[in-house]
Amino acid sequence: MRTAFIQTLFELAKEDERIVLLTGDLGFSVIEPFMQALPKQFVNVGVAEQNMTGMAAGMALSGKIVFTYSIGNFPTLRCLEHIRNDICYHNANVKVVCVGGGFCYGAAGATHHATEDLGIMRMLPGMTVIAPADPVEARHATRAVVNQPGPCYLRLGKAGEPVIHKPDINFQIGKAIRVREGDGVTLISTGGMLRFVLEAADRLSESGIHARVLSMHTLKPLDSESILAAARDSFAMFTVEEHSIIGGLGSAVAEVLAESGETLPVFKRLGLPSAFSSRVGTQQYMLQQHGLSTEGIVNSVKALVSVFHPADLRG
Amino acid sequence: MGKPNITAEELANRIRRHCIIMTSRANASHIGSSLSIADLLAVLYHNVLRFDPDRPDWSERDRFILSKGHGCAALYAVLAECGYFPKSMLETYYQDGSLLMGHATHYVPGIEISTGSLGHGLTMGTGMALVAKRDERPYRVFCMISDGECDEGSTWEPALFAPQHKLDNLVVIVDYNKIQSFGRVDEVVDLSPLADKWRAFGWAVREIDGHDLKTIERTFTSLPFSAGQPNCIVAHTVKGKGISYMENALAWHYRAPRGELLELALAELERQ
Repeated sequence: MRTAFIQTLFELAKEDERIVLLTGDLGFSVIEPFMQALPKQFVNVGVAEQNMTGMAAGMALSGKIVFTYSIGNFPTLRCLEHIRNDICYHNANVKVVCVGGGFCYGAAGATHHATEDLGIMRMLPGMTVIAPADPVEARHATRAVVNQPGPCYLRLGKAGEPVIHKPDINFQIGKAIRVREGDGVTLISTGGMLRFVLEAADRLSESGIHARVLSMHTLKPLDSESILAAARDSFAMFTVEEHSIIGGLGSAVAEVLAESGETLPVFKRLGLPSAFSSRVGTQQYMLQQHGLSTEGIVNSVKALVSVFHPADLRG
Repeated sequence: MGKPNITAEELANRIRRHCIIMTSRANASHIGSSLSIADLLAVLYHNVLRFDPDRPDWSERDRFILSKGHGCAALYAVLAECGYFPKSMLETYYQDGSLLMGHATHYVPGIEISTGSLGHGLTMGTGMALVAKRDERPYRVFCMISDGECDEGSTWEPALFAPQHKLDNLVVIVDYNKIQSFGRVDEVVDLSPLADKWRAFGWAVREIDGHDLKTIERTFTSLPFSAGQPNCIVAHTVKGKGISYMENALAWHYRAPRGELLELALAELERQ
């Protein structure tokens, strides 16, 4: 996703000199081509995320389309009030980019686990929040946020995620992508969890559970229409995210469901507890520890579906 | 409208008068912080800044940022005197439904950016100055910060950055009134030697009396102080300047002049 993002941004920036990329001293072996080809559209601000974010807002208010780039929690939580006051309050055209969302830097330790970012960014007034699922979505998302003025948070993975989608998907900010049709069960995924959710859906179908899969790449504005349409067709609905179960995709979907006034499917959020990890490992290891591997998702779905059969719920 | 057709001295006096009345009516804090910058603002808006109240978004205007957003009464006052909005609007300061909130907001015509949390204005101003420098645009960026604000780490991040990029179109004005919100600066976190600190970071620094109008004007008209270096003016000021019973008193970071004290303050300004 990181590569898809920077390549796309590079292409766009060559055509539009308003695009500026700021980094907080990160991007080794990733950003160099951009930096060398477009020096007037690039600034390494140094290890100073507050200044990077405030400067980005000031540059955006002077006519630029500004991307801030760093890893993990550095571009978001480290400088949160600058995002709120400098970017969002001024409706500045700044795109905050996090590389390494979730457990991408799993073994690096809890400081590097970006697991509350989506919820926190979602709360900020005027902020669009996007977590692409694969390099194709990342490419489309990068183009889309350049074309949509105003604050945006783009949460990416690292490099090397498998391509899931065909290149020509219909990507629209705020519109979920229906990746797989199903019957009675819906799995809603955000960010890079999509690959595991799809693998889980394949495994579940072997057991006679046919799950619809939605890629909810945009958390805000949320596609409540797609959520409710899926809820009407489902007796069980799951959200799957590499993020705290507080405030992220699961919370957002629960809000829509709870206020819908409709008969609801049984609903479960798969995500992370509100706790720091004292034992760490690879991203795969961390996901597995928290029941977010393919197998973990399969088990959670089966456990719930076996209790709440559609006949019991809808009679 | 535009630059007020009065002397800078008279403008400073009017700013103080507006601040006293606004703060009194609103029973608001921060009168001392507004009075300490009245002379600096008067000179800036009288002789220094390039602006046009009829076109607040004129792209080549000089940018003025009041990073110490709690001193906004003085900024609202000078903008009203310049004709950005009717002076009668000052009566709404801090009132229900008012645009004139207690910390500077860009919702008000003529206010470049919203502030109120310290340590933000200079980061944004540095971004604006970098764009002007790279795109060879003529505008300058003036950013007024408080001494207490120099406690914020995010003041020193742009202080490091601006010299690296030779932003001589950027001007920091430190309102060094020596009193921060809960005590004297030298007793809370001593900043001295403050000018040396900015100098050590690579800024061209002038230390001036922030109430001597001629000195202020002379200093501003000699910008940039040194080609290729950002500019810092350490303005020695007096918190509550102009109202003798408020001067150098921490209480007037919080209290509002009411009743007899209001009359005393207005009478003192009348005599000046």
